[in-house]
Amino acid sequence: MTDVSNSGKLGEPLERLDGPAKVTGTARYAFEQPVDDPLYLHPLQADIARGRVVRIDTSPAEALSGVHTVLTHENAESLSSRVDVELAVLQSPEIGYRGQVIGAVVADTQEIAAHAAGLVEVTYERHPHDTVFRSDDEIVYTPDGSNPMIGEDLDRGDVDEALAAAEYAVDATYTTPAEYNNPMEPHATIAVWESAELTLYDSNQGSYTVRDMIAPTLGMDPQRVHVFAPHVGGGFGSKGVPHAHVMLAALAARKLEGRPVKCALSRRQMFSLVGYRPPTRQRVRLGADSAGRLTATEHSALEQTARVKEYAEQSASAARNMYVSANRRITNELAVLDVPVPTWMRAPGEAGGMYALETAMDEMALTCGVDPVEFRVRNEPERAPESGLPFSSRNLVSCLRQGAEMFGWNDRDPEPGVRRENGWLSGTGVAAATFPSFSIPGSKATIGYEPGGYYRVEIGAVDLGTGSRTALSQIAAEALEVPVEAVRLHLGSTEQPRASIAGGSSGTASWGSTIVQAAREFRAEHGAEPAEGAETTAEAAANPAAGEYAMNAYGAQFAEVAVNADSGEIRVPRMLGVFAAGRIVNARTARSQFLGGMTMGLSMALHEHGVLDGRFGHVVNHDLAGYHVAGNADVGSVEVSWLDEHDPHVNPMGIKGIGEIGIVGVAAAIGNAARHATGIRVRELPLTPEKFLI
Amino acid sequence: MDAEITLRVDGQRRTLSVDTRTTLLDALRERMGVTSPKKGCDHGQCGACTVLLDGRRATSCLTFAVANDDSEVVTAEGLAEDERPHPVQQAFLDNDGFQCGYCTPGQICSAVGMLDEVKAGWPSHVTEDLDEPPELDDEEIRERMSGNLCRCGAYANIVSAIREAAE
Ligand code: FES
Ligand code: FES
Repeated sequence: MTDVSNSGKLGEPLERLDGPAKVTGTARYAFEQPVDDPLYLHPLQADIARGRVVRIDTSPAEALSGVHTVLTHENAESLSSRVDVELAVLQSPEIGYRGQVIGAVVADTQEIAAHAAGLVEVTYERHPHDTVFRSDDEIVYTPDGSNPMIGEDLDRGDVDEALAAAEYAVDATYTTPAEYNNPMEPHATIAVWESAELTLYDSNQGSYTVRDMIAPTLGMDPQRVHVFAPHVGGGFGSKGVPHAHVMLAALAARKLEGRPVKCALSRRQMFSLVGYRPPTRQRVRLGADSAGRLTATEHSALEQTARVKEYAEQSASAARNMYVSANRRITNELAVLDVPVPTWMRAPGEAGGMYALETAMDEMALTCGVDPVEFRVRNEPERAPESGLPFSSRNLVSCLRQGAEMFGWNDRDPEPGVRRENGWLSGTGVAAATFPSFSIPGSKATIGYEPGGYYRVEIGAVDLGTGSRTALSQIAAEALEVPVEAVRLHLGSTEQPRASIAGGSSGTASWGSTIVQAAREFRAEHGAEPAEGAETTAEAAANPAAGEYAMNAYGAQFAEVAVNADSGEIRVPRMLGVFAAGRIVNARTARSQFLGGMTMGLSMALHEHGVLDGRFGHVVNHDLAGYHVAGNADVGSVEVSWLDEHDPHVNPMGIKGIGEIGIVGVAAAIGNAARHATGIRVRELPLTPEKFLI
Repeated sequence: MDAEITLRVDGQRRTLSVDTRTTLLDALRERMGVTSPKKGCDHGQCGACTVLLDGRRATSCLTFAVANDDSEVVTAEGLAEDERPHPVQQAFLDNDGFQCGYCTPGQICSAVGMLDEVKAGWPSHVTEDLDEPPELDDEEIRERMSGNLCRCGAYANIVSAIREAAE
C-alpha cells in the first residue's frame, strides 16, 4: 500500500474552492436551482398530538385562484413501501404526534399556498397522548441496540460490589433537554417529474441515501431517481435521511407532471419534521480506590424516542471505552412517547453522554482530591476496555497535557468560589472528548484525464459546508501526485459514482480512501502520462486493520467561565480545544470545523432547550427567537489546536473524522468551570442563570 | 392584489409586478432570481436575508416588496466589483469566516452596513462612552453582529475578518 501520508499537500491551508461563490452568495443551494414555472408546496400539519383526522375539508382552499391541488390522505396515491413512517406520508388518517404532515397545498406562489393552507378545515378525533419525558415504567423499554450499530447492554465484573468496596464514590444524575439541529438552510426540495423520471434538487447529507430511500417508497427503479445537492447549508445530522417534505414534493410533482414543485420547510415546521437530539436522563456511578483509580463505572442512560418510529440514541456508549475500570455496567433505555421522531444531531450519543460522564469525572476528581487533568491521565486505559483491542492511536493524555500547558491550567487553584472581580465569579474547567473514527465502505470514484491536462475526479459525496470539496481535491492531488489546480472534483449528486453518507464524521475518511484507491488504479492502468480520455473507476479496498484496532479521535476541552454573582448570568470568555484526530487534511477548514463544533458545544451548554408543552405536545419555543442558538456576542475567544498524530491503521491517509468531536466535552468543561467559579454543581443542561442563584 | 414596483438591485433597474403579500426577500429570490440573500427563518430572527436597503442593512424578509418601490437594494453579489471581492468579502475568505456559506451573504452585508454605522458614530449596547466616536474592538464587533446567526459557528473567524477589514 502506497503511503500517501508523508508528502506536502495534505495539511496545507488551501482556501475553500467554493469560497468566492459563497461570499458573494452565488453558490446555489437546493431551493435556488433555476427551474421553469415552478409551483410551491405548503405542508399541512396536525394540530393534535394523537388521534385521527375524521374530516378534512379542502374545498375552500381549492376554490382559491392559483391553487392546483390539496393533497390529503383521502386523495394521495398509495405508496409501494410504508416501512419508513416518516416517508410514508398521507397513507392513513392516523396521527402519532403533533406537527405530523396531514396534507399539502400546491399553488402558483408561496403566498397563495400559505393562504390556502389556512383555509383547510380539519376535524379530529382526539386520543389521549403522552409527551412528557420521564422514567416511568409504563413508557420505558430496552431497545435491541443503539445508534449506529451498538449492541446490547454491557455488564462486566460486579459493579455493585466494587462500588460498595470503593474508597471514593460518585452517584449523580444528569439531564439534557431536546436540542434542535437548526442548520441555517432550512430543509428544501425541488421535485421535477418528467417522463417517469424524478429529479430532486435537495438539501441533504447524501444524495444516494435520498435515492435509496425515496425510490422504493415510490415503487421506482432507483436509476430513475436523480438527486442533486450542489451546495448544502449545514445539516448536523438532520439532513442525514430524507424527511416527509421530500416525499410530499415528489408526490405533488408526480400528480402535477410538467411543473416542478418547490418545498422549503419553515423554521417552525422544522421543529416537528426533521428530527432533534432527544432529551436524556443519565445516571453515572463511579467508584475509585485510594490512589484515584476507577474500580467501577456505571452509566445508565434513558432517552426519548417516538412511538411512530424508534430512534435509539447511544448516550452511554462512550463510557464503554473511555477509562480503565475492571467493573463496568452500561445500559441504555428508551422512553416512548407521542412525539416527533428524534434523529442524529452532531455527535449523537457522545455529545450528551460525555456531558454526563465528564461531569461525573470532575466530581470524582474532586472527591478523590486529584487534579481533574491528572485524574483522567491516571485512568487512561492501555487497550480498549470493552474489546481488549489495541488502539490504532490514542493521544488523549497528550491533548490534556498540551492543553493544560497552553491554557495555563497548571497554576490553577482548585478552591471553588474564590475568584471574584466586579461582581463576577470566575473559574476554569476541563473535559475529555472522543469520537469514533468511522469509515463506511462501498463508495466509488472515477478519475479521468481530460483535454487541457487536468484530472476529472467524480464521487457522489456531498459538501455540507465542512470543506469536503476542498479536502477531497487535496487528497486527489496528493494521490495522483499532481498540483491541486490539476484536479477538478465533481460531487454532490447521483450523477457521480455512489458514495456513502456525510455522517458519523466518516465522509473524508471514506471518500478519501476511495479516491486514493481510484488514483492508484488509474496510475497502474494508465501510467504517469495518461492519454486524454483515460478513465478508471474504483472502489476502496476494505481496511485490513478494521477489527484489529479500536479507532477513535480524542480531544481535551478547556473553558473559562464567569458567573455573575447577583444575576447568575454565565459567560464563557475563553475556550481551548486540543485534538488528536490523525492527519489533518486542510489546516484552514479543519480549524473551522473544530471551532464550529466547540461553538455549538457552548450553545448546548448555555442556551439550547426545546420546551415541550405536555398538554398539547408541541415545542413552545419553535423558532430562532424562542430557541436561542449561540449568537456572535455569546462567544468569546475560541482557540483550536491539534497534535501531529500519525495513525498507520485508520486508512491510507491516516485521517480521522473531525466534524463531530469538536462539540464533545464542551458542555462538561463549561459546567465544570462554572462549578469551579461558584461552588455550585449544576447537573441539568442548559446552564441558565437561575440555576446559579441558590 | 398585485402592484407594480421598480427596484434597483445590484445596480440594475428592474420593474415587476408583485403580490402585495410578497416580502422583499421573496421578490428578490423567487421573482427576480437574485438568490444571494438567503432565507433562514423568514421572521427577522437570523439575519441570513440581510441586504443593504438604501445603504443601510436590513432584513429583507421583514419588509414587503411593495413598500420598497424605488429603493436601492445591494446584495452580497452586488458588493463584488468586476469579479473582485469587496474588502469585507476578501477578509471573510482570508479568515475562513464561514463554512456552509448560507449565513454568509447576510453576514457580509451586515458587516458592510455595520462598519458604516460605526463610521457615522452610532453607539451600540456595549459602547461605554457615548460622547466619543465608538472604537471598534472585538466586543463591539460581536455585539453589532449578533443579529446574524451562524449555525456553523464561524463567529470567532467572522470577528477576525471584520477586524481586519476595518483596518
Ligand atoms: S430570513 Fe430574514 S432574518 Fe431570517
Ligand atoms: S457558515 Fe453555515 S451558517 Fe454560517
